[in-house]
Amino acid sequence: MSAVKKVFVVEQLRRAQMNELLSRGMRVDGRGLSDARELIIETNVIEKAEGSARVKLGNTELIAGVKVNLGTPFPDTPDKGLLVVSAEVLPLASPYAEPGPPDENTIELARVADRGIRESGMIDVSKLVLVEGKHVYAVFVDVSILNVDGNLFDATSYAVVASLLTTKIPKYVVDEKGLPVKTEEKVPLPIQTIPVSMTMARVGDHLLLDPNSEEEALMDARITFVSDDRGNICAGQKGMPGSLTTQQVLQAANTARLKGEETRTMIKRAASNV
Amino acid sequence: MGKQGGDSTRLINEQGIRLDGRRIDELRPIKIEVGTLKNADGSAYVQFGKNKIMAAVYGPKEVHPKHSALPDRSVLRCRYHMSPFSTEERKNPAPSRREIEISKVIREALEPALMLEDYPRTAIDVFVEVLQSDGGSRCAGISAASVALADAGINMRDLVSACAAGKVAGQVVLDVDDTEDKEGQADLPIAIMPSTIQVTLLQLDGQLNDEEFNKAFDWALGGCRKVYELQREALIGRYFGRNEKPMEVEQ
Repeated sequence: MSAVKKVFVVEQLRRAQMNELLSRGMRVDGRGLSDARELIIETNVIEKAEGSARVKLGNTELIAGVKVNLGTPFPDTPDKGLLVVSAEVLPLASPYAEPGPPDENTIELARVADRGIRESGMIDVSKLVLVEGKHVYAVFVDVSILNVDGNLFDATSYAVVASLLTTKIPKYVVDEKGLPVKTEEKVPLPIQTIPVSMTMARVGDHLLLDPNSEEEALMDARITFVSDDRGNICAGQKGMPGSLTTQQVLQAANTARLKGEETRTMIKRAASNV
Repeated sequence: MGKQGGDSTRLINEQGIRLDGRRIDELRPIKIEVGTLKNADGSAYVQFGKNKIMAAVYGPKEVHPKHSALPDRSVLRCRYHMSPFSTEERKNPAPSRREIEISKVIREALEPALMLEDYPRTAIDVFVEVLQSDGGSRCAGISAASVALADAGINMRDLVSACAAGKVAGQVVLDVDDTEDKEGQADLPIAIMPSTIQVTLLQLDGQLNDEEFNKAFDWALGGCRKVYELQREALIGRYFGRNEKPMEVEQ
C-alpha cells in the first residue's frame, strides 16, 4: 500500500514561513525543535488479539495487534522463536493512499520497526521455544495505519512495543510424544527491555524531532535511532534523498537517548494500565 | 544478528586478530574496476573481501512509464539484487523485502551526490548485482554504483563512498564480514560524500553504547575515506592511464 504524496504545492508555498520560524527555534504547529507531539497510548483495544495498542501521535493514528501461534523455527535458528513485525498503510489513512501490495516506504517502515524490537532484544526469543528445531511460538505483530500525519516510524514502533508489553500468550506444554498441547493458562511474553524509537527530520540546518506531514514534505533527510533502557543505541536508519553532517548524526543519537527516556516512561505507564 | 557474545575468543583472538586474519581496524582487500560492461553507459566491478559486485548505469534516458518523469530533474531508480548463487543457501531470485529496502537506501545514498537537475524529464537507472555476498554488500554496492555513475559521465557533486563498522566479541571493529555480521553484536553501515563529509546512508543493527557508537561511527568514516582513495585511483586509472596524473583541480 502506497501513501506517497508526490506534489507539495502548498508546502512549497509555506517553505519560506517554515524556514523563518525555524530560524527562531519555532515550528509551524507551535512546538520547539525537540518537542514531540502529544502521545496517547491505549492498550488492549482488540479483545481477540493476544495484545494490542492504539497509538495517537499528534494526528498520526494506528493500531498494532499481536497474534501468536505455533510455528517451525528457521533452520539456522532452531533455538529461537519467531517474531515478525509488519505494517500496512490502509487506504482510509490518507487521500494519497492506494490499495495494493506494500510499496518500498511501507516495507522500510515495517523493517525499521522490526529492527528496533529485534536488535534491542526486547523479547527473549530463546524462551519462545517448545521443542528445539520443531515447535516454537510465532509472534506476529501487525500494524494498521489509520491516519497519516508524519512520523509513522516512531508511532509504529510505540504501538508495536506497547502491544507486545500487554500480550498474554496461551501457555503450551509438551506431552510425552514431544507434541505441544495448549493449556488454559496465559502468560506474558519474556520482555527484557523497552526500546524507544526517535525520528528527526533535517529541514535546512535544523533537526526536528517527531516531524508532522507538513515538515516531512519539506525535509531533506530523516534519521531514526532506537535506544534501549540501558542507554544503548540498538537500531538506526537514515532515510530520504538528502545528507546529514556527522555532527547532526551524533546530535540525533544523543537526542534519541535523552528524549527516549520520557517516552519509555509513558509506554510503561500505558502498558501497566491493563 | 546473534546476541551471544559467548565464545569471545573465536571471532577475535587474544592478539586482537580476527577470524580472517585482519586487525580490528583493518579493511578487507578491495579491488575496483571501471567500465567492465560494454552495453552500460557506466559500470564498475568491486571486490570487497569475498563480495563480488557488478554495478551498471543506464541513462539519462527516456522515462517509461512517461507519467513518472519529473519536469525539473531526472528520476533516479535503483535496483539492488542478489543472484541466487551469491549466498550459502540458494536465494530466491524474486526481490525480497530486504532487497527492496536496500534498493531504497542505496538510491537515497547516491541521490545527494548527483546533479539530477541537469537532466530534466529523464531517468537514470542504477543496477547493483551482488554476484557473491560476504557481509557489507550494500556498502560495496554503493561504492561500485557511484564509480559506475562517474563512469557514465553523470554530473556529480562528489563520489559516494561506503563502509561499515560494527561490534564483534565486545570490540568495535572496522568492516564487518559475513560471519562477524551473523555472530557479532552490531553492524553500522554508512556512506558519505567524502569531500564535504556529508552522511548519505546510515543504518544500525545491534546494540552500541554511547562510546562504542561514536568510535564505530568514526572508524566507519575512516573506512569510507580509504574506499574513496581506491575509487578515485580506479577512475584515474581508467581515464588517465596508470602512470598519468590528472590535472589537479583547484578546490
